Amino acid sequence: MIRVVLPAHLRTLAKVSGELLLEVEGPPTPGGVLDALEARYPVLRGTIRDHVTLARRPYVRFFACGQDLSHDPPGVPLPEAVASGVEPFIVLGAVAGG
Amino acid sequence: METNGNRVRVLVGTKKGAFILTSDGKRRQWDVSGPHFAGWEIYHVKGSPAAPDRIYASQSSGWFGQLIQRSDDGGKTWEPVGNQFAYDGVPGTHQWYDGTPHPWEFKRVWHLEPSLAAADTVYAGVEDAALFRSTDGGASWQELSGLRGHGSGPQWQPGAGGLGLHTIVLDPSDARRLFIAISAAGAFRSDDAGETWRAINRGLRSEYIPDPAAEVGHCVHRIAMHPSRPSVLFMQKHWDVMRTDDAGESWYEVSGNLPTDFGFVIDVHAHEPETIYVVPIKSDSEHFPPDGKLRVYRSRTGGNEWEALTNGLPQDNCYVNVLRDAMSVDSLDPCGVYFGTTGGQVYASPDGGEHWAPIVRDLPPVLSVEVQTLR
Repeated sequence: MIRVVLPAHLRTLAKVSGELLLEVEGPPTPGGVLDALEARYPVLRGTIRDHVTLARRPYVRFFACGQDLSHDPPGVPLPEAVASGVEPFIVLGAVAGG
Repeated sequence: METNGNRVRVLVGTKKGAFILTSDGKRRQWDVSGPHFAGWEIYHVKGSPAAPDRIYASQSSGWFGQLIQRSDDGGKTWEPVGNQFAYDGVPGTHQWYDGTPHPWEFKRVWHLEPSLAAADTVYAGVEDAALFRSTDGGASWQELSGLRGHGSGPQWQPGAGGLGLHTIVLDPSDARRLFIAISAAGAFRSDDAGETWRAINRGLRSEYIPDPAAEVGHCVHRIAMHPSRPSVLFMQKHWDVMRTDDAGESWYEVSGNLPTDFGFVIDVHAHEPETIYVVPIKSDSEHFPPDGKLRVYRSRTGGNEWEALTNGLPQDNCYVNVLRDAMSVDSLDPCGVYFGTTGGQVYASPDGGEHWAPIVRDLPPVLSVEVQTLR
């Protein structure tokens, strides 16, 4: 199971609290995690990445294991600590605006 | 006074959430609910004339994009509906601020206009400028691409706030006729339910474009119509208050004795088609009222002759703005007039503008105000 942390606004939108646990088929990647997330919570479609191109929205970031994974291709495997559920995959809003 | 048993619901969109203000027909005591969608920009909230407890809200964020929320119980509970606004075909380009071609990119929904007759039909005006329609209560959206496909589309250029389609006016006498306005392209009309469009800007003059009388390029801020006379439209342009008596075939200026003819809002009295309201703003470089006095101006002659309405409005050190979607009227008698400011106040007049009082004083900057009269 993959642990996923969402920012507060998206937790409210998805009507969840705390971390999520997601089942991801095969070696987990950012794209695979987001596919599973959107399948379980369709309301999140379009809020993290574009509906069609699946490009990350500019002010959304992906962190894990102390690294910024935002610019990694969506098919790159996530760190083993994320794949094994030791560390969460964190989606967050960039520090910008007011 | 025909106010017994009536209620008024004021739908307020702000930079940090939506608020719903309700009162009885006297419009003296108000209940405030909100913030709904706290922290999100709510560009517009509007109820369906066909089913007043059906309300649509445009919720957006620079981080997380666009959502559309729908309520079927008058704003007590909300459910997100469809948020995919895909341009039809290859989007093409419009002009960027520097005159270079710029790809059409969806940014947000500025305005939601529910159908006058069908609760599940609603129009959305978006940035970059395009018109979308849903016929399933907002679950899915289809572009009426004949508008963006108007031959002038590649020449459209954004105003300072973006290339937004912000005004949608539906003709109550002809379901096939729609009017829309875009900053800074101008006004357009469709006579075939949105399939094809023509620019209706003859008579407008804008000194900030190379040809002041060009077919497109005018920064229209807002258009208002009285439902009993759908061919008469009033327009607050970037500068100039304008009027047409022939559904936009030609416009003429009715700024008259206004202290400044710059502004954003314009609206029409519910029972007097020649009574119109504007809030003059000093200039496009100083987005606040002249002399620090917040004044609504009313014309009872369809323009040209204006009187200041100040009773209850701040007349010292007031430097707020009133944005284009932030004025509305109810249909009680006397007619109530409402507007919101970038300072977070929502003012109401229960008597056509004679007396004003704030319903709320300290909301986030107000982006839109719509009123429902519930009988």
